[in-house]
Amino acid sequence: MATHAIAEPKHLWLGGVEPMKASYGKLMMWIFLLSDTFTFSALLVSYGLIRYSHQSYVGKSADFVFSHAYWPIPEKVFEAVPFLHGVSLPLVFVGIMTFILIFSSVTMVLAVEAGHRMDRADVEKWMLWTILGGFTFLGSQAWEWGHFIHGTDTGTAVKELVNGQLVTRTINGANLIENQYGPQPFADLFFFITGFHGTHVFSGVIINIVIFFNTATGLYDRRGHYEMVEKVGLYWHFVDLVWVFVFTFFYLV
Amino acid sequence: MATAELTHEVQVHEEHEHEHHELGFIRKYVFSEDHKTIAKQYLISGILWAFIGGLLSMLFRLQLGFPNMKLEWLRPLLGGWIEEGGKLDPQFYLALVTMHGTIMVFFVLTAGLSGTFSNFLIPLQVGARDMASGFLNMLSYWFFFVSSVIMFGSLFVETGPAGGGWVVYPPLSALPQAADGSKLGLTLWLVSMALFIVSQLLGGINYVTTIINLRTRGMSFTKLPLTIWAFMFTAILGILSFPVLFSAVLLLFFDRTFGTSFYLSEIYVNGEALPNVGGSAILYQHLFWFLGHPEVYIVLLPALGITSEVIATNARKPIFGYRAMIGSLMGITLLAFIVWAHHMFVTGMNPFLGSVFMFLTLIIAVPSAVKAFNYITTLWRGNIVFTPAMLFSIGLVSFFISGGLTGIILGNSALDIQLHDTYFVVAHFHLVMGSASFFGLMAGVYHWFPKMFGRMMDEKLGYVHFWITFVGIYLIFFPMHYIGIAGFPRRYYSFTAYDATNSFGDMNMFISVAAMITFGAQILFAWNFFYSMFRGRKAPQNPWHSNTLEWTAPIHPEHGNWPGEIPPAYRWPYDYSKPGAKEDFIPQNVPYSATPESNLPHENEQIAMEKEIEGMIDSQNETYKH
Repeated sequence: MATHAIAEPKHLWLGGVEPMKASYGKLMMWIFLLSDTFTFSALLVSYGLIRYSHQSYVGKSADFVFSHAYWPIPEKVFEAVPFLHGVSLPLVFVGIMTFILIFSSVTMVLAVEAGHRMDRADVEKWMLWTILGGFTFLGSQAWEWGHFIHGTDTGTAVKELVNGQLVTRTINGANLIENQYGPQPFADLFFFITGFHGTHVFSGVIINIVIFFNTATGLYDRRGHYEMVEKVGLYWHFVDLVWVFVFTFFYLV
Repeated sequence: MATAELTHEVQVHEEHEHEHHELGFIRKYVFSEDHKTIAKQYLISGILWAFIGGLLSMLFRLQLGFPNMKLEWLRPLLGGWIEEGGKLDPQFYLALVTMHGTIMVFFVLTAGLSGTFSNFLIPLQVGARDMASGFLNMLSYWFFFVSSVIMFGSLFVETGPAGGGWVVYPPLSALPQAADGSKLGLTLWLVSMALFIVSQLLGGINYVTTIINLRTRGMSFTKLPLTIWAFMFTAILGILSFPVLFSAVLLLFFDRTFGTSFYLSEIYVNGEALPNVGGSAILYQHLFWFLGHPEVYIVLLPALGITSEVIATNARKPIFGYRAMIGSLMGITLLAFIVWAHHMFVTGMNPFLGSVFMFLTLIIAVPSAVKAFNYITTLWRGNIVFTPAMLFSIGLVSFFISGGLTGIILGNSALDIQLHDTYFVVAHFHLVMGSASFFGLMAGVYHWFPKMFGRMMDEKLGYVHFWITFVGIYLIFFPMHYIGIAGFPRRYYSFTAYDATNSFGDMNMFISVAAMITFGAQILFAWNFFYSMFRGRKAPQNPWHSNTLEWTAPIHPEHGNWPGEIPPAYRWPYDYSKPGAKEDFIPQNVPYSATPESNLPHENEQIAMEKEIEGMIDSQNETYKH
């Protein structure tokens, strides 16, 4: 495409030309991402609204225990790391996950850059790293979910009114209808929002694999440009960016 | 090297075009990627849906107007929904109003209106061979189709279709055990809406991209017809607000299916406490109305765009305040996102917050009034040609004003608390959004029918259709204001229990009769539409002497719209009755150098630009090569 001998038009918005030299595909990707921003915003706003309709924990951090009476402190919930059972490492594992995902964005940038150079081998290499990063993130998230569902060693004792009797029951872990860590919506929102994001990551990985395959078979060399890598790169960066917000809301605030 | 590559690509292109002639029936009429075919698919689906939605309203109007009527004769159609005593099942009544609203708002006035005319007019009026992505465009229609099938199928479910009103508020909708209308029918409703949102997104992305990237040479944004501006803002509204409904629908789906507590807290059903704690039903309302309010403008803006075009063409005058019209569309689009909570004044929200939303809501009166005044000033001393499309456009302006005035009343939180969920609201939005948008749809169909099918619709039938519908709509919705002020809540099955509510029985009967006559008149339209499609008078090249580019395309445009080069655009689309000009219209592709007799001084300066515009032909052709 770069070889065309057509003079650069002076008037970008006069029609007959693609303004900002963005192809329709790239434009569509940008608009789609704008739309998807609103999907995630709606979910995060829902999180905020429900979060602030609950009590916060007031007392000292050291005295914190899980209770349905207040929203949990994230550091107390997410403090486990694989193979280090019983060691309290608040937010370490999710920090690693975040790092992996952001690192896969870096490799994606390198793939896009290699595409600009029309360097097929480099595109392949960096796409593979990106795919690997995506899968590692998904695997880590699966572990994180597994741990969250499984619960702590002791569980949380709750008092419930059953047929007019106050009954004490121990809840281990969390699912969509029970939650040992705090109010039910905490678990519901955790599963829904990280799950929704994970679905995005998963579809991104699938698309990345398709792109890798197309690169490896030389489709983009024949086509004369690697724009598809760029478009998918946009999606991948977006998914990363969303994670930063999800991370902020669930783990930091 | 560049030349070699170009010739190579031209060959590819020719082979590509050759392929299109070989298209079989399926690819040409069913899974078509041509924007004109997709537009017709949307239009015909929309018309079918409109009749279904209208028929549902006839059923509940029977109940409201004639509460003691024996409806045994409807048993062949409705079966078990007619109770033993010959009365309409109350649960089914709720389903009827729900489905009427859903169908009319989403399937008729969103898909049928914007789907039809955005698809049909955007490529033809900006001067493009097709949409940016024909494939996604096809997907958009077929997602809509599947969504339609599911929604239609829900009418035949044993427990009935969704019955919680078209807004499907939880907790009612989140608890299948709460009512028949919250069972399988509502699940199907949610699935159908999710697919519908995907369809809207695919369509909207295409519309915006096409408008930005595929305008013909010379077609700057300030030379775009107002239809295109309206379609663009409609698409932007949809792209940014439908995803929020998507999230809301998914969360509701989880509450219903997996027992989550996003919208549920502290509820008893049948004396039994539910375990759900901590959610918020109000949250759903916020999410829903963040779509719900822009949706009103998604429905209305295309109609306003069509009206701008039809009124200017048939008043034989330039549209009054072209840039003000764009500005007001933009203003409405922006405001649409920040007024949603005026639907929620009675949810117990902070009165201060209510007053903020009230203030923002009332500002909408400004751009709306700009539009209304501009229509009237365009008509003022115009050389009006009363085509059916023109009558429907003027009718739209009438409904827009009379329905908009009550909007100012309802926008005030203090007044809304009295009128909330009464027939006053029903009357308001049926006039300003329902009927006005419907008239925009009708104006569009009568105006662009010749371009769509190469034939003319019958004018006389069009006049009869217009007058019965116009008068009928006022007879239906004007009295409804009184019923609303008297305090009648909407969605109630019957008002016969008390003398006080009984006293408006006559008026309800009157409304029902008017509604049936109006509905009957639509059969005239259906007949006119389908008959003219095959037997109508052959259309001339430019039947309304219009300026926009679609009339420069052949009467039956092939795939690609223009057989040779795409025409350029040298001037804005509203050069009607220009002083000094030979004819009373100058199409957009006529250069200023060809009309020295009518050029204004600043337009003579534009002549220098014409060479540059012509020079863009190569870069324009280039955009179709990838």
